[in-house]
Amino acid sequence: MTEEISQALFAKMVGLAAFAFDPEEAEYLRGELNNQLKAIHQLERAALDQEVPLASRGVTYTPESRPPLRPDIWEACENPEEILAQAPHVEEGYLVVPDIPHTELE
Amino acid sequence: MSLLDYSAYEIAEKIQRGELSAVEVLEAALARIAAVDGRPGTLDYGELTPEDQSKVHAFITLTADRARQQAESVDMRRKAGEKLGPLAGVPITIKDIFCLKGVRSTAASRILSNFEAPYTATPVERLEAAGAVTLGKVNLDEFTYGSSSESSAYQPSTRNPWDPSRVPGGSSGGSAAAVAAGEGWLSLGTDTGGSIRQPAAFCGVVGLKPTYGRVSRYGLIAFGSSLDCPGPVARDVRDAALMLSVIAGSDPRDSTAANLPVPDYLASLDRGVKGLRIGLSPDFMRIAFPDPETGEIVTENLANEICDVTLRAADLLAAEGAEIVEHVPLPNIAFGIPVYFVISRVEASSNLHRFDGVKYGYRTDEDYSDLHEMYRKTRAEGFGPEPKLRILMGMYVSAAQYSEHYYQRALKVRSMIRADFNAAFDPQGPYRLDALLAPTTPTPAFKMGDIYGDSVLMQYADQFTVPANHAGVPAISLPGGLSSEALPIGLQIIAPDFAEPTLFRAGYAFEQATANEAWRQAKPRVLVEAGL
Repeated sequence: MTEEISQALFAKMVGLAAFAFDPEEAEYLRGELNNQLKAIHQLERAALDQEVPLASRGVTYTPESRPPLRPDIWEACENPEEILAQAPHVEEGYLVVPDIPHTELE
Repeated sequence: MSLLDYSAYEIAEKIQRGELSAVEVLEAALARIAAVDGRPGTLDYGELTPEDQSKVHAFITLTADRARQQAESVDMRRKAGEKLGPLAGVPITIKDIFCLKGVRSTAASRILSNFEAPYTATPVERLEAAGAVTLGKVNLDEFTYGSSSESSAYQPSTRNPWDPSRVPGGSSGGSAAAVAAGEGWLSLGTDTGGSIRQPAAFCGVVGLKPTYGRVSRYGLIAFGSSLDCPGPVARDVRDAALMLSVIAGSDPRDSTAANLPVPDYLASLDRGVKGLRIGLSPDFMRIAFPDPETGEIVTENLANEICDVTLRAADLLAAEGAEIVEHVPLPNIAFGIPVYFVISRVEASSNLHRFDGVKYGYRTDEDYSDLHEMYRKTRAEGFGPEPKLRILMGMYVSAAQYSEHYYQRALKVRSMIRADFNAAFDPQGPYRLDALLAPTTPTPAFKMGDIYGDSVLMQYADQFTVPANHAGVPAISLPGGLSSEALPIGLQIIAPDFAEPTLFRAGYAFEQATANEAWRQAKPRVLVEAGL
């Protein structure tokens, strides 16, 4: 598998990632992604068999090392004002966003 | 002897005994920062001057007033006869990827340039509770994405104190440079693919990546959630052990923090290496890199001066009683970087979708007609090239039609890398190792601008450090000697899960064995030129 990220696919990904690039930046980024893909294709040389498990992390947690679950108890936030103060636009304790575009589904 | 020459351990002892005051120590650190650091990193930095090019630029935010309050508190508590913590009065720096309540926490990105954390990260909280004095937040690659610190949105980016025309490494470049230049005794860094060990090697200091889960990630702005490890950057092994003993331990606010007791790391130092089985692997003596013409990955032997540091360390540890086991196979570590290109990007992409200009952080100043346009402009302006690349690659390799070929394959190869380490450390296996010795980096610090912009070549700077992140095992980088250009060369020791005491034993033994060697007396150029 030696596919490259085409201009069309790149444009689709940029839309999904909520980015906007000028042509020069877009070509640089697409070129770097394709260079990275060449390195990633080295994985095809690994001697994988069906029995190899997926590893979501390196360390295995044991019953001794796994943290106990916390009680499922609601706790009030101590400083909601400080958290809301970080938002660009807040009214009456609510985050305010610009108009959300709607699409009519057919 | 200046008080800046004492270790963190010695400073804490002297403050406890009343031989030094915390304020006196802090003022010495602030004077050092004023002498060598230059202007802090900013978003609107203008042209770099010749003076900029001779300074360290470790800091983004200096919190001198806050530090003075902390130091005065330590001195008052000592005078009142109160018990002080193990780091009482020791000035430290924090990589600006950790939240510190009430202080700007930028991740070296424009998109968090106005973010003041409403809470403090657990390891920072533990350091301050132990009496450490926080000098400020230090620079890094944007969101930790890099190996040179050049991708920071806050420029001038950090420079290497041994040669300011060279990078300090990354992403914890500000941490390593600050410790090397004597601006702070300790620094809290993070290591996702080598981001503590590689800059520690480049700057001639000690850097430890603990076992995954040994130190809580609560309050760490996430990069690769299955890989990220907070850890110490320090002047010597004892200081690293002291710092880890403070920050390690379970945390109800992080469900990945291991629920295991924290050993007395300082007690492990003097145990020596007699009886330890320490391995060498030919798979750590070859380097891979992309061919400049074709982009294909090629391999060649490691440079002699890097290789020699590791082999000499093996000889020295053997003379101290360790048994050296050669030819330990680790065939799958060669896939470390390709696996990292997939797993870290998928996790980064997931973690970065939260930055949207709505809840906190930067929002575009330009006009926008609706929510989607606001998102696009905010993210395009707020993120630099590296986060953009990682988001896009993470989306690509985890997309439904590609996931099996890329992401799931990478997770399987990660299992194989882990299996290599399991086999090497298996107490019933043929090698039965207590630790592995390896180089930390393929080269000493490279020139600023030489690699930045080539995202593949930059990633391969981490090829010897990233396997420990995939496997989750702990690893430490120590200064191992100097190159022909008088640049530090790092020595790496890797151990099984939660065997940090073994790293400290072996590291301390190496330090003691080389304590009187000439290269240990060398000072970073910025200190020599400042007459310090």
